[in-house]
Amino acid sequence: MSAPESSSLLRGFPFPFTDERFRYSTNVEPAGVPVHTAAGRWGAAVVDIDGEYHRELQERARILAQDPTRHAVPTHMRTAAWDATLTLLRELAASYPADMLLTRTGINRWRWENRRLGVEADFVYGDDATLPGGPLHWVANQVQEDIVLLDARAGQLWVDAGVVTFASAWSFGFDLGMSFLEIHGPVPRIHSEGVITRAQEFIRRLQPHQPYRRTNWGVNVGRRLDVSLERYPDWAPDRARMRRADDGSFGRLLHLRVEVQHLVRLPDSGAVMFLIRTYLLSFEQLATVEPWRRRTADVLAHLPDDIAEYKGVANLRDRAVAWLRAADAPPAGPAPH
Amino acid sequence: MSLGVDLELVVAAVDEPVPGVRSIRLAAPDGRELPGFVPGSHLLLDCGGRVNAYSLTSDGFCPREYAVSVLLVENGFGGSRWIHERLAPDDRVAARLPRSAFPPVARARRHLLVAGGIGVTPIVSHLRAARRRGHDVRVLYTYRAGRGAHADDVVELSDGRAELFTDRRAFSTRVEEALADQPLGTHLYVCGPAALTERVVGTAAALGWPASRIHTERFGTVALDPGDSFDVVLTRTGGTLTVPSGTSLLAALEDAGLDVASRCRQGVCGECRIPVTAGRPLHRDLFLSEEERSTGAWVMPCVSRADGSGLEVPL
Repeated sequence: MSAPESSSLLRGFPFPFTDERFRYSTNVEPAGVPVHTAAGRWGAAVVDIDGEYHRELQERARILAQDPTRHAVPTHMRTAAWDATLTLLRELAASYPADMLLTRTGINRWRWENRRLGVEADFVYGDDATLPGGPLHWVANQVQEDIVLLDARAGQLWVDAGVVTFASAWSFGFDLGMSFLEIHGPVPRIHSEGVITRAQEFIRRLQPHQPYRRTNWGVNVGRRLDVSLERYPDWAPDRARMRRADDGSFGRLLHLRVEVQHLVRLPDSGAVMFLIRTYLLSFEQLATVEPWRRRTADVLAHLPDDIAEYKGVANLRDRAVAWLRAADAPPAGPAPH
Repeated sequence: MSLGVDLELVVAAVDEPVPGVRSIRLAAPDGRELPGFVPGSHLLLDCGGRVNAYSLTSDGFCPREYAVSVLLVENGFGGSRWIHERLAPDDRVAARLPRSAFPPVARARRHLLVAGGIGVTPIVSHLRAARRRGHDVRVLYTYRAGRGAHADDVVELSDGRAELFTDRRAFSTRVEEALADQPLGTHLYVCGPAALTERVVGTAAALGWPASRIHTERFGTVALDPGDSFDVVLTRTGGTLTVPSGTSLLAALEDAGLDVASRCRQGVCGECRIPVTAGRPLHRDLFLSEEERSTGAWVMPCVSRADGSGLEVPL
């Protein structure tokens, strides 16, 4: 990775630790409000495009071609899929007006132009044949976000559609059709503490045009976005190998993985669109921002064991803390390239 | 009370399609597209200082206009009177973004819509969406002869298959038949006067309809009954308040100088929710879930009261 690319990653990185201790909470806040960090800012737009745009979309296209279970739109979610598509295109056009243009050309007709990708499309809202692969599959190749659509019925939310190629230790195909509460079954503490039922009640009451967001985090080995359960045999051994890594490669390989999740009540279907945008920053880069280095070390050091286990940091945590605490000067040796 | 203003709208047209009902079309002052809304949504309008919620009857997909139809309520709080007597084309009106609280269920195999009187308004919105989406929909609509607001819309949007009634007994008989003869997976939506809604829901329940397939929308047509007087113990400030019949708990708290954030004051928006530490609330709002009601830990003081002698709140 070149120096300009790495500094753009730093500038837009949604550093998640606002406190010295991390605990699960219903940490939602209104979307669209920029957050200033020690290295830059993030959060001005619901849909975020950065220097990884082309690379990540190529990665998504490759995954979708290999594994069709990463995409699902059952019949009852077709309206929601179109609603999500139009909403995402509107967000892109509003946030990146120089490169993204959405023009209404008839009652149900639109023209889309994405100059960054060189894509032009004319489509009819509700007519699946007008966008190759169907609307949700198609729009997932315009945004870096993973997209999950939740249906609301019988007082609960249900994961009933989506395109998810960058899942962090879960499986979209496995979770499809489950309720919000079922999906969060494995997460420690959030049930007894009422966090998850409060979250569900909050989402059920979301109204259109008032999106919210939250962040979630974990650690990752390498710049690998697809750490889905489907690919577990590919990525799990990387974690074991970290034990043998020397300090230089430990800092280069270990990444803080942050998801910015947006919650949007769609204005036509009434479904909830859950967007997951994943950011990766190596510990080596993270340590160059002094407040981030100190804060991350503190948070990891004080993380309760059950949460550390769930987040997959339990085995790496002591070394990660020691590494961060030792990295209080800019890393010696050659600049990252 | 404060109406957080999201939208400033201008009255594009005012019409009285049937006696006692005003249909208002609202647009953005510059004519731009308005925020879309889910079928069955309502709009909170500032009616000369009072905030009233009205169901949107227009199509919510990329709309240029919002339409509402307002029944004149002679003995109401004055919101409908203001719309009937004061509101004129080109007037500016403050509104909040449309809110969805009565949406069609995506997985329904069929949508059975039952409307009474001015309760037809959200049903019209459902019909528009059903037509656009190609959903299987049946509609029964009862009204007083000569007062059938949107009757022609209902007929047109259902391709003439709507069943219209001006005779109450014929309507009741037909509702019972219809409820007994729907495919599994049908969802029922009822909007009308409280007595009609209760009767239809009661019939459906007796016929074995699960609660999760019955949806009702009541506000806008019902003036809540004044309720009994009750006492409220204030644990933080100390003292006891008496809430007389006809006064809301919210108004009583405000009169006592307590600051409770509120918005719609109709049990819809959720803004004024307060915790309850003792006593059982008589829930009359449309905001709290069944689960939240059953815990008795919260109350919406704008409409709800005490079920029994009193409540204790940490205010």
